[in-house]
Amino acid sequence: MSDVKKIATRESYGNALVKLGKKYKNLVVLDADLAGATKTGTFLKEFPDRHIDCGIAECNMMGIAAGLAATGKVPFASTFAMFASGRAYEQVRNSIGYPHLNVKIGATHAGISVGEDGATHQCNEDLALMRVIPGIAVLNPADDIEAQAAVEAAYLHDGPVYLRFGRLAVPVINDNPGYKFEIGKGIVLKEGTDVTIIATGLCVWESLKAAELLERDGVCARVVNIHTIKPLDEELVIESARKTGKVVTVEEHSVLGGLGSAVAEVLSEKAPVPMLRIGIQDVFGESGPAAELIKKYGLDSDSIYSKIKNLCKGEK
Amino acid sequence: MDELKLKKMANEIRKGIIEAVHSAKAGHPGGSLSATELFTYMYFEEMDIDPENPKKADRDRFVLSKGHTAPGLYSTLANRGYFPVKDLLSLRHTGSYLQGHPDMKHIPGVDMSSGSLGQGISAAVGMALSAKMDGEGYRVYTLLGDGEIQEGQVWEAAMFAGHRKLDNLVVIVDNNGLQIDGKIEDICSPYPIDAKFAAFNFHVINVSDGNDFKQLAAAFEEAKKTKGQPSAIIMKTVKGKGISYMENNAGWHEKAPNDMEYAIAMEELEKAGETLCQM
Repeated sequence: MSDVKKIATRESYGNALVKLGKKYKNLVVLDADLAGATKTGTFLKEFPDRHIDCGIAECNMMGIAAGLAATGKVPFASTFAMFASGRAYEQVRNSIGYPHLNVKIGATHAGISVGEDGATHQCNEDLALMRVIPGIAVLNPADDIEAQAAVEAAYLHDGPVYLRFGRLAVPVINDNPGYKFEIGKGIVLKEGTDVTIIATGLCVWESLKAAELLERDGVCARVVNIHTIKPLDEELVIESARKTGKVVTVEEHSVLGGLGSAVAEVLSEKAPVPMLRIGIQDVFGESGPAAELIKKYGLDSDSIYSKIKNLCKGEK
Repeated sequence: MDELKLKKMANEIRKGIIEAVHSAKAGHPGGSLSATELFTYMYFEEMDIDPENPKKADRDRFVLSKGHTAPGLYSTLANRGYFPVKDLLSLRHTGSYLQGHPDMKHIPGVDMSSGSLGQGISAAVGMALSAKMDGEGYRVYTLLGDGEIQEGQVWEAAMFAGHRKLDNLVVIVDNNGLQIDGKIEDICSPYPIDAKFAAFNFHVINVSDGNDFKQLAAAFEEAKKTKGQPSAIIMKTVKGKGISYMENNAGWHEKAPNDMEYAIAMEELEKAGETLCQM
């Protein structure tokens, strides 16, 4: 597994925009002085007339995106997740969400894997913030293949979409001919009978590795990739709970309000089973290399494995 | 439309504002009345629009950034033929399409949902930018309150509009001098407003009486001739204009007239209408 190809989903975002830009003339890209980091710089080079740098003013950028969408363009407003969902929250809610304008928000540098920049830039709350806005689709792709597919799906989707991307290069796991991306449809990556691991974003890879470790102990885990936090694939979540009797969610996000909460909301009402939410435990992050932080905050495969082993203890 | 007709229309629009806010038992008459001449001038004189085809792609756009003065916009749109005038009585009623603040999804003629102050101007800038990118000739207008410009986002938008030389954009500031808590210069003074917009690379047009159609006409002519930079029209107005007891009274920023106050207001507007008819 060590020689697996790695690419950051923010790179995928930039690459997908260039491809789509050739195909769709009404696609425009906005940035707030971070085109180099959000990887939209490639789009800027290719289509300088359709790239709009708003300067360091994310609230205004969201409003400009709304105005562009109201006049028939499909804007991708790009910045760090912290500023897209945090600073500009109310602009996203009132200027984009409420009028249901066709704006796509490309939020890069999400989660703790931002690394060295530390807590001010590690947004572990964006899924929660975006998920509560009515009518907005929230996507959190796991790898390069999925991220590129998500960008095109977002373009084709009529209405606001929040896309979450990471800074860290992550393994490509969906490189197979049968791969198909559909907003709102989760993907079963591994079948299992003892427990279901529902993961999103870079935690999908870590969860697959954890499932391999569990297999050695005789715990057969089903692994589900939920790339769409909203609308959540409730059917798959319920089916998984009924099939395996236990559900563990894994996300690079606070355990409050994100995937874990979304799954718990569904299961508590429709198919209650024992649950464990793995994620950031209601704390701020800190500076450090991404891989070390992922380990320290319990999102690496070994940590996931131990927690699930504990959950399943005594039953085998 | 000649000036007398515009004055008569403004008087009708004022009646609609009072009726709507009275029926709603809530709403913002003060800033609706201060901007009534502006609304009238926009929709009956200045803008290239078609009430039969409210979504016409090449229409001029108007964004009410000071969205709380929706009664003024709604009464204007109704009198212009976008929807029935009698519907104004459903303002803010449960189930009505006439929401407390402009809602582009459900109200014919509303170009942008607004109401959270400071946000409308950014959307207007986006529309003006879009027209420039496409080589379209439509113009974009946005009305801001003088209290609203305390919001930082206004200046983010202004900086961008000036930088991009959006000469198809006209920002209008309704300088009635009052906000909810009192006089704007007592709360957190935005003065000098004109010098601020000039510093953000706008062509600034000061209007000493924004309730005067001649002055508005001259200002918008000047804005149209301005090339290479956006225009800002800073117009002095009277809050609550046209209703004696509401004029220059911050208390009428957000307050509905009771039945007796309503009767007085309507009587004043009837009289004003009669006077205009004798001219």
